[in-house]
Amino acid sequence: MTTVERNPKQAVPSRDLGFRKWRDRVFVWLFISSVLIGIAGLLTLLATVFLDGWSWLDWQFITSYSSRKPKDAGIFAALIGSLWMLGMTAVFTIPIGIGTAVYLEEFAGRGRVTRLIQINIANLAGVPSIIYGMLGLAVFVYFLNMGRSVAAGALTMTLLVLPVVIIASQEAIKAVPKSYRDAAYALGATRWQVVKTVVLPQAVPGMMSGIILALSRAIGESAPILIISSLVFLTFVPHNPGDRFTVLPLQIFTWMSLPQADFKAIASAGIILLLIVLLSMNGVAIFIRNKYQRKRE
Amino acid sequence: MRDSRVETASNPPSMPAGSPASPLPRFLVHEDALARRRRLRHFEETLVVWTLRSAALISVITTVGIVVVLVQQSFGFFLQVPLWDFLTGTTWTPLFDPQSFGVLPLVAGTLLVASIAGITSLALGLGAAIYLSEYAPDRTRRILKPVIEILAGIPTVVYGYFALSFVTPLLQMVFPDLIIFNALSAGIVMGLMIMPMVSTLSEDAMVAVPRSLRDAAYALGATRFEVATKVVVPAALSGIVASFILALSRAVGETMIVAIAAGSTPRMTFNPIESVQAMTGFIAQVALGDSPQGSVAYQTIFAVGLLLFLMTLVMNIAGRWFVARYRQQYE
Repeated sequence: MTTVERNPKQAVPSRDLGFRKWRDRVFVWLFISSVLIGIAGLLTLLATVFLDGWSWLDWQFITSYSSRKPKDAGIFAALIGSLWMLGMTAVFTIPIGIGTAVYLEEFAGRGRVTRLIQINIANLAGVPSIIYGMLGLAVFVYFLNMGRSVAAGALTMTLLVLPVVIIASQEAIKAVPKSYRDAAYALGATRWQVVKTVVLPQAVPGMMSGIILALSRAIGESAPILIISSLVFLTFVPHNPGDRFTVLPLQIFTWMSLPQADFKAIASAGIILLLIVLLSMNGVAIFIRNKYQRKRE
Repeated sequence: MRDSRVETASNPPSMPAGSPASPLPRFLVHEDALARRRRLRHFEETLVVWTLRSAALISVITTVGIVVVLVQQSFGFFLQVPLWDFLTGTTWTPLFDPQSFGVLPLVAGTLLVASIAGITSLALGLGAAIYLSEYAPDRTRRILKPVIEILAGIPTVVYGYFALSFVTPLLQMVFPDLIIFNALSAGIVMGLMIMPMVSTLSEDAMVAVPRSLRDAAYALGATRFEVATKVVVPAALSGIVASFILALSRAVGETMIVAIAAGSTPRMTFNPIESVQAMTGFIAQVALGDSPQGSVAYQTIFAVGLLLFLMTLVMNIAGRWFVARYRQQYE
């Protein structure tokens, strides 16, 4: 009988098979538990918020201004402020974002300048949001003398979400098959004609779902608005872009920093409202994407 | 009769050469109209290019704006406080006497919270990425992945609320002397927030590892765990490192969670159950105090902001360098 010589340099350590199989099974459960802990964290978070705030969420809460008395407090000013900011940010972001994406994908050469702009956009996407708030404070609020207004907030938010919008729009443009463009060029179309009549109509649905997702990020962002708006007790809604304002997450933050326990419950009612707004925006984005994907296939 | 109408349609009356009195032959008239249209089209084309180019310029101006604003606004601060004292001082009391401007306690607070978040997100995110890429059946994966990614879409103020009203009371059962505002709770919750960044990017890197490498290991008799940890993870290592660095950079720059849950006591400590203040938390605190433009407090936040910007910039550049490396390897 010959004994099997064991090679110490074997790629797979030759401990006995039983142990290796046991280790395999144990680690499957460890990996699965990573996923499950993440999901459990999400569910616990949602449960905490809903249990704390559900009973406070009623029509009175949505249509009242904030108050020093928990029973009378409502989120109306912040809700309208968020809608103002969302609308204005969309108006600024959509043309600039799509314009930049179209320029980079269809007009700019593949040279060093284009690459530099691309790297720059990727870098901007990683800048902390509070830095954008400081940029907005120095440039829009003080230098351009806009004050702590909706317009200053919306412009700041535009700069913040622009990189995301540009990158999403570029992806949508890249998804348009090259053969479509070639066919149009072969008919003698100019670049702009190709973009206007072939690329954009094809890419718009993809762009829209990306843009809605970016704007939903703007709705939940509080740090830059905290810097721009600062004041957090408002009993009026903005009537024009020069007015002062607050937004949903900032109002929630304000309530959380108050000492009375009831305000904590009110904050979670505000969170539920914020999550509902976000959920519906994401729903619209997913709906657009699905409809568009089916059309493609 | 009919012919002449067609003629006028193709040659608008505004063009003098197109009028019946013109001595020019017909084909030349036509040529001229075409040339005009071509010139108009060329003009439109140029106009469009310049409009789009100026849109693209806005992102460049934004970067320049950030750097200029941070440097210029903190310039006055650094005239009074030497840069070296700012970077190496261990006492941070800019808002009351005796004033001291050593930023290290804020940096320590930021790093402490970010490290806890990093450990949490690495444990959860890497495990999830290995499961999703190496074990999960296709259908399970398609359901689980979007659910995990919901975590990245939840507003940070909600995470702050979660830390304060659920995680801290839970931790107080384990550490009875834990105070309400502490680095541990903020860090754990932040780790949950950045977990999808780690898991998604790592999984992308693992999926990019060629099948043949796995098949070779299986052929040698390796178990799935051995294939995952000894073949796939090492092969995808630069992608995993990239995901971790980018997630950490996100943690360093995150404001609301630390402002809500970590406290407001600048302190040189690495004890996770203590109250600390992060750099972003300090900026938020000053911003809420409504300090006038040009005051010392106003200048301090720009100095801290400049440091924060540089820290995240370095991390982002490093992260993208690692991403480029794994893309180069297998794609």
